Amino acid sequence: MSAFLIKAALLGIPLGILIGRLLLARLHIGLWSWLLGVPLGLGLGLGLLWVIPSGILAYLISLVIMACIFSIISLGLNVQWGYTGLFNIGIAGFFAIGAFTSALFTKAMPTGVEAIYTKQAFGLQLPFLVGVLGAAIVSGIIAFLIGFPTLRLREDYLAIATIGIAEIIRLIFQSERWLANGPQPLRGIPRPLYCLFQDPPCEWLPKVVQGWLEPLEPTDYNFFYLLIVVLFVGLIYLAIERAIRSPWGRVLRAIREEETSTAMSGKNIFAFKMQSFVVGAMIMGIGGALYAHYMVSIDYAHFTPLYGTFIIWVMLMLGGSGNNRGAILGAFLIWGVWVGTTFLTDLINPLLEAISPALPARSPYLRYLLIAILLEAILLWRPQGILGEEKRVSVLFEEKR
Amino acid sequence: MPSKEEKIIIPNSGEEEIPVPLDPHSQPELTRLDLKRRPCLIDIDKAKRFLSARTFVIAALVGLAVLLGLVAQAKGVTAGLILRLAVYGVMLGSIIALGAIGLSLVYGVLRFANFCHGELLTVGAYIALGLMGVLPRGEPLRPFSFGWEFLVAMVAAMGITGAVAYGLHWALFRHLRRRGSSSAILAMSTLGAAFFIRSIIYLAWGPDFRFYYWGRPRPAWQLPLGVRFRPDQFFILCLAIGLVILLYLLLERTKMGKAMRATADNPELARITGIDTARVIRWTWMIGGGLAAAGGVLLGLDAQLRPEMGWWTLLPMFAAVILGGIGNPYGALAGGLIIGVAQQLSTAFIKTTYKPGVAFLIMILILLVRPQGLFGRRS
Repeated sequence: MSAFLIKAALLGIPLGILIGRLLLARLHIGLWSWLLGVPLGLGLGLGLLWVIPSGILAYLISLVIMACIFSIISLGLNVQWGYTGLFNIGIAGFFAIGAFTSALFTKAMPTGVEAIYTKQAFGLQLPFLVGVLGAAIVSGIIAFLIGFPTLRLREDYLAIATIGIAEIIRLIFQSERWLANGPQPLRGIPRPLYCLFQDPPCEWLPKVVQGWLEPLEPTDYNFFYLLIVVLFVGLIYLAIERAIRSPWGRVLRAIREEETSTAMSGKNIFAFKMQSFVVGAMIMGIGGALYAHYMVSIDYAHFTPLYGTFIIWVMLMLGGSGNNRGAILGAFLIWGVWVGTTFLTDLINPLLEAISPALPARSPYLRYLLIAILLEAILLWRPQGILGEEKRVSVLFEEKR
Repeated sequence: MPSKEEKIIIPNSGEEEIPVPLDPHSQPELTRLDLKRRPCLIDIDKAKRFLSARTFVIAALVGLAVLLGLVAQAKGVTAGLILRLAVYGVMLGSIIALGAIGLSLVYGVLRFANFCHGELLTVGAYIALGLMGVLPRGEPLRPFSFGWEFLVAMVAAMGITGAVAYGLHWALFRHLRRRGSSSAILAMSTLGAAFFIRSIIYLAWGPDFRFYYWGRPRPAWQLPLGVRFRPDQFFILCLAIGLVILLYLLLERTKMGKAMRATADNPELARITGIDTARVIRWTWMIGGGLAAAGGVLLGLDAQLRPEMGWWTLLPMFAAVILGGIGNPYGALAGGLIIGVAQQLSTAFIKTTYKPGVAFLIMILILLVRPQGLFGRRS
């Protein structure tokens, strides 16, 4: 019974935050949006757990976790592109840096048999949050190094340079065995507070709490990770919303719209662009870190231009660049399409078989095609995305309705 | 009172400076500029001009080459190996240059970075492969490994890829340009087109290696100093040179070429002068696509065909374009050769997988020192 309640709470808290923040906050009822939202969420969590079969629920949760991770990266891109107009097409590089940094920061050096087939430069065994912070910092440093030669120049140069750095970062993780196990996957990345779900639960907890946690299975861990990623999405969302409606954020938007006039108002364009680029890259690094701790085993092949960069661009463009809610919405929609099409390809395989016997094996590439067509369609027919940019430019300025 | 010769130099956006004569009488007493130069050992302006000058970059490149030579001596790399790599680098560089010339032309005429140019190489290579499957297979034209059907397929692939390139423009970029989208939006749409093309190639030919002639022997000539050179590679080099000469004639001797150069230089001015820019754009895509296809086919002939081959060439091509100055086809040619040789030479010192990294490094260096490129003017 306690396992059921804990799982319901883990499901309910993120839902409550979502309901409170996104729906009830619209009604302008102050603290009540939270006081109502959280119980509503908890109720909904209980209901979901009751109604949906556990297999499907686990699948849905893994889907939402991935969508949340992509939301974070999409939010980072929104800072760079949506608000400042920086054309970064090397997201995969920052994604990879974040993932590998956090993995190496938190993982232990391999010992015994593992040491034979796993090589890594260092393993610091630091706490999860320190790993995430490290991922953000290293990602930011790389962004600074890339931004330094290119941010003063035309916007295309940044694009070319970021494509280059993403490829090189991937090449380094592919060919340097000593760094992070080279072409082999880096396995055994620790999950934060995984011990809660083990048998027996964490030793440092009081005996009573251990008793409550006893019935939880290790397979239930994703309920907890869901809470972590949702909290990260929420915090990053709030931080960006706050920053973008501050004087700093208004300068960024001014740079995007009219660089020359902004420079003439005495703003240091290069410095602001650099800050935006570095902040965005740090957020992407955090996304990468969360990805690593979720996947447990990562390798260079995860961070391809398609999976690591292109799909995130489509997410942001679909949701609406310049709109943080759009960035999150786009991430959920595109990830849904991406996962959903795996079922679709199973359906159309007989049709493909009829065209050519070689086609069904290549059907995964249909998804690439679909995503590419989707991007072109958005650019041609709805360049502002689903939600479009939010007009509100200051925290002090209430929306007029 | 100061003499009438004194003037103030206003730094222009270009490299020339506009001297503006100062009238000391029209200035209030207190704000008068102190025009007397203080004596200084180093003339800072002169030093700055020297640093940003082309000569400096070329000197730096030569210096780098010397440094590499010393490292090579220390690492025991023989002259023969260096020569072999350099020869191979020139060949690879000529392929990169074929792509980079088209990329630079498109960049100059249409003013956006075309991220699907690499995919045009791939398209050309695979279309030629597809055509060769249809054409009857002839005897190899010894000493080369290929027969006449390869040549026919290559020429046809160049035409078709040119049409594909213009087709993309017609279907996508034309509309975005008409709407006045920013160059970043256009670049993003080319990126989308790149993934679109690549997924079609994946669907049609699958992700595996392909060869134009599976298992046909490709003997190499033994040249002095231990240089091994395949006749095919000689063909690649000759064809690349031939195409560049053709392009030179087209750009310099025909009216269309002149119009293209004018448009690349200044699109607004070209339009005002009565140049049919729509036609120029059509030809730019056709020529760019055709050259890219030739590059792709030659790349496939030298090694093998892979769906990612174009994507991997994209970074060296952009490096070549930036090195030569955007919109300058001859600069792109020189840039391509420099990048090709540098990439090949680097394999004597570092892992082969880092070849794209070398192109990237050169590009970043040039962006730091001379962002307008070796042969470009300041924009």
